[in-house]
Amino acid sequence: MSIDFRISEEPEALDGATAPIAPISKRLSRGQLVRRRFFRNRSAVVGLVIIGVLVVLALFGQYLLPWQFDQRDLGQYYKPPSAQHLFGTTQAGFDVMSRTVRGLGKSLIIGFMVAIIQTTMAALIGSSAAYIGGWYERAWLWVIDLMLVLPSFFLIAIVSQGGPKGQYAWLLLVVLLAAFGWQLSARVVRSLSMSVKEREYVAAARFMGLSTPRLLVRHIVPNIASMLIVDVCLGVGYAILGEAGLSYFGYGVQAPDTSLGTLISEGAQSTTIAPWIFLAPASVLVLLVMCVNALGDGLRDALDPSSLSGGQA
Amino acid sequence: MTTTEPAIRNRQTAAGDVVLSVRNLHVTFPSEAGLVKAVRGLSFDLLAGETMAIVGESGSGKSVTSLAIMGLHPRNARIAGSITLHGRELVGLSDAEMSSIRGEDLAMIFQDPLSALTPVYTIGDQIVEAIQTHHDVGRTQAWKRAVELLDLVGIPNPQLRVKSFPHEFSGGMRQRAMIAQAIANDPDVIIADEPTTALDVTIQAQVLEVLKKAQLETGAAVIMITHDLGVVAGMSDRVTVMYAGRPVEQGSVDDIFYNPRMPYTIGLLGAVPRLDATNSEPLATLQGNPPTVVDLPPGCPFVPRCPLAHAGCREQEPELAPVGPGHTTACWESDRIRAEKLTSKDIFPAPVIERTVFESIPRDERDTVLSLAGMKKHYPLMKGAVLRRRVGTVYAVDGIDLDLRRGETLGLVGESGCGKSTTLLEILNLHSPTDGKIVVFGKDTSRLNRGETKTMRRDLQVVFQDPMASLDPRMPIFDIIAEPLGVHGWSKGKIETRVMELLKTVGLEESHANRYPQHFSGGQRQRVGIARALALEPELIVLDEPVSALDVSIQAGIINLLEELKQRLTLSYLFVAHDLAVIRHIADRVAVMYLGKIVEIGTVAEVYNRPSHPYTQALLSAIPIPDPQTERTRTRILLRGDLPSPANPPSGCKFRTRCPIFEQLTPEQRTPCLETMPPLDPAPAGAVVALQEAISLSATARGAGDTRVDHLVACYYARPTKVL
Repeated sequence: MSIDFRISEEPEALDGATAPIAPISKRLSRGQLVRRRFFRNRSAVVGLVIIGVLVVLALFGQYLLPWQFDQRDLGQYYKPPSAQHLFGTTQAGFDVMSRTVRGLGKSLIIGFMVAIIQTTMAALIGSSAAYIGGWYERAWLWVIDLMLVLPSFFLIAIVSQGGPKGQYAWLLLVVLLAAFGWQLSARVVRSLSMSVKEREYVAAARFMGLSTPRLLVRHIVPNIASMLIVDVCLGVGYAILGEAGLSYFGYGVQAPDTSLGTLISEGAQSTTIAPWIFLAPASVLVLLVMCVNALGDGLRDALDPSSLSGGQA
Repeated sequence: MTTTEPAIRNRQTAAGDVVLSVRNLHVTFPSEAGLVKAVRGLSFDLLAGETMAIVGESGSGKSVTSLAIMGLHPRNARIAGSITLHGRELVGLSDAEMSSIRGEDLAMIFQDPLSALTPVYTIGDQIVEAIQTHHDVGRTQAWKRAVELLDLVGIPNPQLRVKSFPHEFSGGMRQRAMIAQAIANDPDVIIADEPTTALDVTIQAQVLEVLKKAQLETGAAVIMITHDLGVVAGMSDRVTVMYAGRPVEQGSVDDIFYNPRMPYTIGLLGAVPRLDATNSEPLATLQGNPPTVVDLPPGCPFVPRCPLAHAGCREQEPELAPVGPGHTTACWESDRIRAEKLTSKDIFPAPVIERTVFESIPRDERDTVLSLAGMKKHYPLMKGAVLRRRVGTVYAVDGIDLDLRRGETLGLVGESGCGKSTTLLEILNLHSPTDGKIVVFGKDTSRLNRGETKTMRRDLQVVFQDPMASLDPRMPIFDIIAEPLGVHGWSKGKIETRVMELLKTVGLEESHANRYPQHFSGGQRQRVGIARALALEPELIVLDEPVSALDVSIQAGIINLLEELKQRLTLSYLFVAHDLAVIRHIADRVAVMYLGKIVEIGTVAEVYNRPSHPYTQALLSAIPIPDPQTERTRTRILLRGDLPSPANPPSGCKFRTRCPIFEQLTPEQRTPCLETMPPLDPAPAGAVVALQEAISLSATARGAGDTRVDHLVACYYARPTKVL
């Protein structure tokens, strides 16, 4: 994925290169414009469709598939893919396909929730620190630096072990992953916001009487949106990987629940004798991350009016 | 001037010979949108010792031409045609071969001297390098030559300053050093690409003087690339006007300024606000924008903006054809223009701006919308990263008083660093300044509650200098203009109608509402900025250099628009600018600032016709006037040196370090100047003295002023002088 942290500089086009402005009969809102530009980007649309399919599968897969994720097919251990079990079975006789779908669902929820929460935190904290400055900024920088030196992996492991158990235990994991994931992005957001803050349109908005929160949301955050979208996409990948790492050591998603990470670590133990157990969740993970990135690229181009790939507004 | 000429003598031509000859030059770049034909058929001969100006707006191909001659064009550019220097063909030479010519026979002076000088070497090293690259001279001799060159371009203490680094020089001094480097090898041709655009007027005057002197010393021919018609009038012998990559008119400077035969040249000359114009009639406006140089339609590229265009113009592009001795134009209508003696007024009818009854109300009877009383803004100068301590104070604005009445335009002028932008920001911030009072619409800004602040934000609006930077690139035009309306709680339906109405008011189309700022040209963007400022029907608009980033032909349209809006909506403007010609055109009153102080204030007529402060006189005399004959006969006051740092201003009168009057004073006469800043008192009455005389006359204490005249000046030796 091409990461492009542009703060929408002035376009490099020649001064005269302004296209003649064709009349458009109806005025489109900003949302409509962005949507129109997004749907011109083919790979992003493909990514969106595949993610859609994966989400639908994760939501309704259990009703469509012949096997449940916690249902054993006794006598069918370590079976390679067949008509009965499309992706084969595991050591304990579970259907790999239904387990992958189940794990996909959990990983998707955890990945997106963590990424959105941590990027939102990073955007709000980073941009407000840059804009407000003074003690407010220094306090946040201190918090960020402190949290960066803490060994987050152990802290998450300890806290998640001590937390409540049960069906919704993974929500605590989401909160913890997000709480330790926003700091680096917040620093990047802060430094990008510092340069956006100096722009005259921010001054113009201030002199218009815009309140600080509205100014942040309308003028500063949209102008670092490319970075934030890339950040969400990378965040999804990192969150899924982080969750997988924790699950591997037994601190993440607990049995009988499962996630892509849990499945990959399970399958990794038997790659040589039964590679399908590993390959199914791993390929889904790769496909998922690729699609999320394509979607991110498309969104970035659609939001960034100076990009060429968005076509003409 | 003693120069060690024999070592580096290199002249190949005598005066009157052709040094550089360009024939049918084409420069083409590939781009996403198609081939960019930046230069399309340029030909000229440059004679030894003459100065030829290439004039044009941004995108007209003038800078590309200079880069092509120097062989510094981007690698992907395709160059066709011929460029010969002393009969040697330069097109097709390798970069290594060009290197032996560049700096030796061809030298270049760039616009931005900070980026053109290497920051890690001393000025001396860089000049020595330029000499030693081309000549086998010893280091000591080259250093000696470098010192002489710096002396020649007027750098004080050249022995010492030769060891300085570029950042230790001010902008004007860096440009002098660039000139020294350019003439180090006694080149035959010097190409100066916008050499003074980045400089203040008083510094520009110094640098242009140095450039003339350098040319006189070396006898080099100069190609002067600029958009400033005043500079052209003062510096050049011949002029080439370019439009959309093609020369559209070539001739002697007098031909171009007094007998232009091509509508674009005529329009350009009519569109410049003149410093010496006494009337403030609307300027001639060229409609539309310069075309893109990608996929030009057949025919003359000026057709869409040309009121004289007819069907024939659309079919075939005219070639340069002679219309007089040494004067050629590319226009089908040149003969008609000559026969009917058409001027810019005939071809480009200026809009009629209706004067409102408001103007007839005497100033004293109108409300005061803004007043500053002893306003000061000081910034602490801090040092240290961990233990920050205050090491000094920047006296950005140091006590200014002014007031602005309803329906009036006050121009605030001065060079960069004089505090005019700080003043403006202080007003807009609506906080209390370091000292003094800011009263907007009768309310002191230091005692505002939330509601009052909001009301004030509605009635006080701002237009910024850079129309690209002041519009959020993420928002379509509609949302940009609608934003202030949303802040003040307008309903959706009302916003929609209001925005459409505003677009029409500023001369844009409703269909533009969906576009993003970067789809617009500079002038159109500035119109959007003005529409946003007008959205809430303000009473006072503060304008920070609103036209200085725009091309001449576009600038005139914006000035006319501002003028018209002021009359129609009875607005008051506080207009900050460095261009005194624009101020003269648009303002009713003008305040001249120097180092955080107002040194002269009064009506435009008074200040421009009877400037009494030596700084105002110097400023006015430094500005080039687009009229070659006036330029040749004008007397200039050249100020010495640069603006002192506002962190360490001189005692007493702030202007005394650069003051031409102060220099002539006897020690006793100097005492008041050294001790206290002169107060703003009514300007001395009496007849104006000609500038020539004023310079030679010995200074006398100021005469009594007439308190009824709106003209104050802060100088102990003020004397009204005729500069223009």
